[in-house]
Amino acid sequence: MKKKLLFSLVGVVALLLLATWPALAETPQRGGSIVVVYKDDLATLDPAIAYDWTNWPAVKMVFDGLLDYDNTTNLEPRLAAAMPEVSADGTVYTFKLRQGVKFTNGRELTADDVVYTMNRVLDPKTASPGAGFYLGIKGAQEVVDGKATSVEGVVALDKYTVQFTLTKPDVTFLNKLALNFAYVVPKEEVEKAGANFGHAPVGSGPFTLKEWVPGQYLIFERNPEYFYGGLPYLDQVKIEVGVEPDVALLRLETGEIHLMGDPPPGSDWARISSDPAWEKRIEIQPQVSTIYIAINVTAKPFDNLKVRQALNHAIDKERIIQLLNGRGTVANQILPPLMPGYDPDYVGYDYNPEKAKQLLAEAGYPDGFETSIECIAVDPQPKLCESFQQDLDKIGIKLTINTLAAPNVIDDAGNGRTPLTWSGGLAWIQDYPDPDDFYGPILGCDSNVPGGWNWSRYCNPELHARSLELLTITDREKRMEAYKPFFKALMDDAVWVPVFNGVYTVAHSEFLHGEATLTHPEHSLRYETMWLSQQ
Amino acid sequence: MTVTQIKTPQPRVTRPKDEAGVTRPALSAPAGDSYFVMAWRRLRRDRAAMAGAVLIGLIVLAAICAPLLAPHDPTEQFRDGLSKDGQPIASTLLTQGSWRFPLGTDANGRDLFSRILFGARVSLIVGVLANALAIGIGTLIGSVAGYFGNPLETLLMRFTDIMMAFPTLLLAMTLVAILKPSLWIIIMVIGLVYWTWIARVIYGQVVALRQRDFVVASRAIGSPRLYTLTRHILPQLVPTIIVWGTLGIATNVMLEASLSYLGIGVQPPTPSWGGMIQQAQSYYRTAPWMVIFPGAAIMITIFAFNLLGDGLRDALDPSQKGKL
Amino acid sequence: MWAYILRRLVQAIPVLIGISLLTFFLVYYLPADPARMYAGPSATAETVARIRHELGLDQPFWVQYGRYIERLLHGDLGFSYRKQIAVTQLILSRIPYTLALIAGGVFFELLIGLTVGIISAIGRGRWPDRIGMFIALLGVSTPPFWLGLLLLYTLGYLVPIFPLSGASSPLHLVLPAVTAGLGGAAWYARMMRSSMLDVLSNDYVRTARGKGLTSFRVIFRHVVPNALNPIITMAGMDIPWFIGGVVLVERVFNWPGIGRMAVEAIETVDVPLILGTVIFTAIMVVISGILIDVVQSVVDPRLRYRTGSSDAAY
Repeated sequence: MKKKLLFSLVGVVALLLLATWPALAETPQRGGSIVVVYKDDLATLDPAIAYDWTNWPAVKMVFDGLLDYDNTTNLEPRLAAAMPEVSADGTVYTFKLRQGVKFTNGRELTADDVVYTMNRVLDPKTASPGAGFYLGIKGAQEVVDGKATSVEGVVALDKYTVQFTLTKPDVTFLNKLALNFAYVVPKEEVEKAGANFGHAPVGSGPFTLKEWVPGQYLIFERNPEYFYGGLPYLDQVKIEVGVEPDVALLRLETGEIHLMGDPPPGSDWARISSDPAWEKRIEIQPQVSTIYIAINVTAKPFDNLKVRQALNHAIDKERIIQLLNGRGTVANQILPPLMPGYDPDYVGYDYNPEKAKQLLAEAGYPDGFETSIECIAVDPQPKLCESFQQDLDKIGIKLTINTLAAPNVIDDAGNGRTPLTWSGGLAWIQDYPDPDDFYGPILGCDSNVPGGWNWSRYCNPELHARSLELLTITDREKRMEAYKPFFKALMDDAVWVPVFNGVYTVAHSEFLHGEATLTHPEHSLRYETMWLSQQ
Repeated sequence: MTVTQIKTPQPRVTRPKDEAGVTRPALSAPAGDSYFVMAWRRLRRDRAAMAGAVLIGLIVLAAICAPLLAPHDPTEQFRDGLSKDGQPIASTLLTQGSWRFPLGTDANGRDLFSRILFGARVSLIVGVLANALAIGIGTLIGSVAGYFGNPLETLLMRFTDIMMAFPTLLLAMTLVAILKPSLWIIIMVIGLVYWTWIARVIYGQVVALRQRDFVVASRAIGSPRLYTLTRHILPQLVPTIIVWGTLGIATNVMLEASLSYLGIGVQPPTPSWGGMIQQAQSYYRTAPWMVIFPGAAIMITIFAFNLLGDGLRDALDPSQKGKL
Repeated sequence: MWAYILRRLVQAIPVLIGISLLTFFLVYYLPADPARMYAGPSATAETVARIRHELGLDQPFWVQYGRYIERLLHGDLGFSYRKQIAVTQLILSRIPYTLALIAGGVFFELLIGLTVGIISAIGRGRWPDRIGMFIALLGVSTPPFWLGLLLLYTLGYLVPIFPLSGASSPLHLVLPAVTAGLGGAAWYARMMRSSMLDVLSNDYVRTARGKGLTSFRVIFRHVVPNALNPIITMAGMDIPWFIGGVVLVERVFNWPGIGRMAVEAIETVDVPLILGTVIFTAIMVVISGILIDVVQSVVDPRLRYRTGSSDAAY
């Protein structure tokens, strides 16, 4: 009898083990170091300044915000102890902070730090590209204009409570707080480091920056005191820069590195996408992005609607997808398919060079004209721009391609110095999952300022008023439906030529895993949840 | 005034016996034959130089007749020029036996062979014109410095030294970056950077020449300095100018290709050999033809000019034959 | 000897001043607003104007130049806006790589070049000569960036002997150094050959042969050392060209030296970095020229009494 019981017990345990084994194998293991490579050096780790998809994952390693995203696009509290209390009229947000969270210099993080952080972002001296997101806070505009030194609408009620007051309700406000610009920084460290804070950041995040040799590498080490969920799993992350993608790919194959920050180059894509050894090494994530040609509506002859429409008809988007090795989908509107508010029934401008020529003639340019486009120098953008060159040549427009480095293109486009700009490699990836993110920062009147991201230099006061109205609608479904005619109006005005929606392909070691995935819709790469299954 | 007979710059040397114990005959010609006729005869006998000349002729012909010889428009991007996955395709001659893309395509699906033919135009135009500019400036500065003495001499040669301290390519890159690349800017920049080499050579020659009898004589009878310079000295520089005129093209083609490779050469869609290699940089493993053929074109062109240039140097100054 | 060195240094001063003036002049006219680059894309116009004033960019040319020279003499080559780091620090961190590449390049240059040159000279007129000179001419005509890519393809990828990138071991240096050296090797081959021929035709060589010394001893004890003389003289001309070639090689192999940095600086219109790199390389050229002159004067004392610095003998 006893023997039988024993056997059956063993059997049950064995069965249990067998059933749970896959889950056990998937449990993140602690420990290990990884090497990540990028082609371009990270410019800065200052959360108020960093604003591109290569910087963000690194900034996220060192800093935290009040809120963060879970594995999807839902917000959850991070530095905050819980989601905030929102007043009935939707203008006051009160956050209670977690207690006992420490910066890596040992000091506890309090509400004063949050206030300091917000003031710093809005301070014109900081020159933060993200200041525009927080203009809805009461008193923010005055700070940005230099008329006040602190933001009236951000107050520390006590050591662990901070309150935000907005001038108008804004359903996207929480998303904006989850952006890196609002990641909390310690005042004494910022003041100590001065202009060098971007190279010597101190935060409360899962990792600390141990070493940075500019142009070569950065080393991040686990923060042993990190407060959240037993994260991170990895002991160390080394980011090497200055490595060309095609070389990075080879180093990945030999196991020398674990992760490529840049997408694998087109020249090797055919090879690896059909190679079974690579199945576990590629992660594909549709990006919530639209890559477009920004048309500067203030630059002749693009101030003429028909010319802009002609441009939309002239671009062969299928060829672009071919040049991208199929890593993308044709876009016909401003919002990407994954963004709520996307209109699947919208047809847009078809590829029709004849119609384009006709429109040009109607606009008064039967023989075409000369113009230029700016493009970044990183593969595959130059060859995509050369494709546009051919498309425009077919309708009589002589296009000069100016290939420059990314900051130069951003600078020129932001100051209206170029009639056309190709956003490939630069913009526009969602900051947060809300359609307003594809209007406000890049097509709204507020962003039509020197240095802003509104490369079309577009300002339509009626549409702008409408966009502010839409921000106040609390019924999500109603709101998303309302965005369809809104964005259609923008397309009717042909402010862009939307070309394709991106796909983020990440090449990584088969031993590197993420919790769910390595990539993240908001953070591109999420280091805190990465783990190695073999060390 | 009678025209001074142009003589060889060096006095005739008795040639030593070479390894085989044979005394090469001193090159003699019927008295009265001009220097250049003799040089031409020597050149014709130099098979390497002739080969170079023929090669140059072929390249020039290819450049001029590019529209006729090229199977396609060099800027046209073809749907079937890329594989289904968007990869450049190899020579259709090898893969399918078809003449459609005889050397394969590039990353945009353009025909490589057509682009190479049209690329010859850019290389030759830049090579010849930039060199002409460089020779013009270099001769001017070198001869003025060499002839008129101090303070002009020190000033000009110091200036030349300063310019020469800048690594040639780096200076060219900086200038093109300032002025924004275009065909004429590149011609101008290369000429403005390369003239120093010529100036130095000319300077040396003029300094040596101004001691010579016929120059001293000319001044002694009261000819103005400028007259002596232009009428007596400059003609003596013609052989040097011819040699550098040819060898310089080789160097300038290399400079243009280098600038294009770095991305600051002629702009798309104009095909340029260096630019084609730049696009090929990330494709060399999967599409090596994108690298091989344009590079070979550069090498062959430069080689041809070097062959001819060497031959010209040997022909025009036989006492230097066999040396650098 | 020291007097000679001192004299050469003094002679170099106007050249150095001229270099700094010319470079500053060039970059002063670069069509990019450094203040804007420093301030970042989203700064307001007032911020940019304030930064411009702080950086002294609104001062007249000569004032800015004076300030630049003052900092230069303190070893401060400026601050790179784009990389947010001092130019001097950046250059110093990358110069060892370029020096390693130059050293490797010169090594292969001389190894291959002198060998081919000697062989050609000895086998004058016969097939070693013809082939050697053919290859030498071909080598001079080969674009270094093409050669580099071909070497990467054949010896790095098809037959993976050498690593495809990186700069962390001597093995990584081989392909870049060979590429950098091959063009120069061809030049040295031709020069060595002609120099050897010059020496071989001299009487004392025939005397040595006549005394009964074997050909081998004659060649290596008498001919080669004398043939090397003018090579060293000519080597000085090589440097500015070689540094330019190094830029291309660094680009092909993504070698983390200052040539690569210069290309990046130009691509990103990083004004101080361009200025700093160009001046630095020009100064390096001048100094190496002086070093070569000193070596020459040790080898051939007659050269110490020449007054000109330009070698226009050919």
